[in-house]
Amino acid sequence: MKIIEANNLSHEYIQHDEEGNVENIITAISDVNISVEKGQFIAILGHNGSGKSTFAKHINALIHPTGGTLYVGGMDAKDPSNTFPIRKKAGMVFQNPDNQIIASVIEEDVGFGPENIGVPTDEIWERVEKSLRMVGMWDYRKQSPNRLSGGQKQRVAIAGVMAMEPECIVLDEPTAMLDPDGRAEVIRASHELNQKKGITIILITHYMEEVVGADYVYVMDKGNVVMEGIPRDIFSEVDKLKSLRLDVPQVTLLAHELKKAGLDIADGVLTREALVEILRGIRGEE
Amino acid sequence: MSIIFDHVAFKYNPGTTYENTALDDINLKIDDGEFIGIIGHTGSGKSTLIQHMNGLEKATSGTIYYNGQDIYDSDFDMASLRTEVGMVFQYPENQLFGTTVYEDVCFGPKNQGLDGKEISLRAFEALRAVHLPEELCDVSPFELSGGQKRKAAIAGVIAMKPSVLILDEPTAGLDPAGRDEILNLIKELHEKNGVTIILVSHSMEDVANYVDRIVCIDKGHIKYDGTPREVFKNYKELEEIGLSAPQVTYLMHDLKRAGFHVDTDCITIEEARNEILRCFGI
Repeated sequence: MKIIEANNLSHEYIQHDEEGNVENIITAISDVNISVEKGQFIAILGHNGSGKSTFAKHINALIHPTGGTLYVGGMDAKDPSNTFPIRKKAGMVFQNPDNQIIASVIEEDVGFGPENIGVPTDEIWERVEKSLRMVGMWDYRKQSPNRLSGGQKQRVAIAGVMAMEPECIVLDEPTAMLDPDGRAEVIRASHELNQKKGITIILITHYMEEVVGADYVYVMDKGNVVMEGIPRDIFSEVDKLKSLRLDVPQVTLLAHELKKAGLDIADGVLTREALVEILRGIRGEE
Repeated sequence: MSIIFDHVAFKYNPGTTYENTALDDINLKIDDGEFIGIIGHTGSGKSTLIQHMNGLEKATSGTIYYNGQDIYDSDFDMASLRTEVGMVFQYPENQLFGTTVYEDVCFGPKNQGLDGKEISLRAFEALRAVHLPEELCDVSPFELSGGQKRKAAIAGVIAMKPSVLILDEPTAGLDPAGRDEILNLIKELHEKNGVTIILVSHSMEDVANYVDRIVCIDKGHIKYDGTPREVFKNYKELEEIGLSAPQVTYLMHDLKRAGFHVDTDCITIEEARNEILRCFGI
């Protein structure tokens, strides 16, 4: 079953002058076709301003399509009456952890969402416990969020989204402000939600390493999808990615360099283990 | 010319129940023309440390010397220290406020009391140094792209001609090409203008590629201070304090375990490439 289906999805930002006349039309995304099966782990890459966040905001009905169609969980995102049902289906985690936490106690912060949609009190607490346990933050439930590290705050933000029991979570550069440890925590937590709970994950990132574990990758440029495929195929195209202001994981780049120097290595090596295996193979033949 | 930290300690809310030691017995000497990377996990004290370097925080105990002068002396000119030691905060584009890029960049030199001509010269020089095209001068900074905004904000600090430039995670949130552009322009400032650079970064790969010396902070202490090669040798200990080594360093260790006779100290892709090729006799 498809949870997200974008057909020729477009979005134009219209600027008005002081008299209300249309001054300028900026096309943020145009003719985007992305379809996501329930339970997939999808990554979206693209340079700053490529339109990936604009696309992401549609999934959560923060903005509505100005052209084409988008269905989230079978609901038309153009129809304003679907806004709230869509937001329940698809939750969103943003870049800055400090902008997303509102309560002074962690468990209350996680309970804020379900409380807002009128979930009975007992069930709120059940959801809070389940969500905090999922992201490994249950032990901190009584603490104040301002004492947490960035990675922990992002996990609390994810728990807050989890408590809404969404089928899909969009993470828009959730690790941009974190240290290596925090980045690993957040990526680990999102893979766990995906594997254990079957939650569809859409990860937007500038860190190529975080994409390696995704099922499928979309690359955006100038508001269009310009590449799509499994990570291995995407990262085989080192030069093309560089021309799109992107990069490949360090291991992939090293393998690419070794290949250029004459070693018999296939493109799209994604992990250290894979590269060690390949080098072992080459050594064995000698 | 140097910055010296002599037994510097800093406590937030000293003497209250919320007392919190952010820096403890820091001894550090930063020489003219160095390119230093500061690493440490969130909350390790690295931001507090850099805020001492231009007098934004005052040490609870210990002394800081700038070019041999005690910066806490009553006759020390703190205002000049703040132009000498320029600070680019995290997400500096949030501090843009001018109606045009040019006006924004002029703000610093204007505050220094320079005359009009010198201000313009410095502004254009700074904009050139960050590779912002001149036609963007008259554009509102809010119309720029994310990477351009950041460059404009950095230009605003460079326009004050600091001898030391401190940058707190200058590449956060930028795409890979944007990251390279910012890091390369920092490198240029270091090489061409001889500016001392202090780069706070969460990216071990960037630190490995650019800096000459790493200062690693953990729980308010200096845990390691040395060349990137020396510091990244302690990759296991770095992990324990929430950091890591560059990915290629891990790969070299994996290869060694798999029986390859490689030097595990490689920290950049180029080093790793050469080392692996050497192993295969290429």
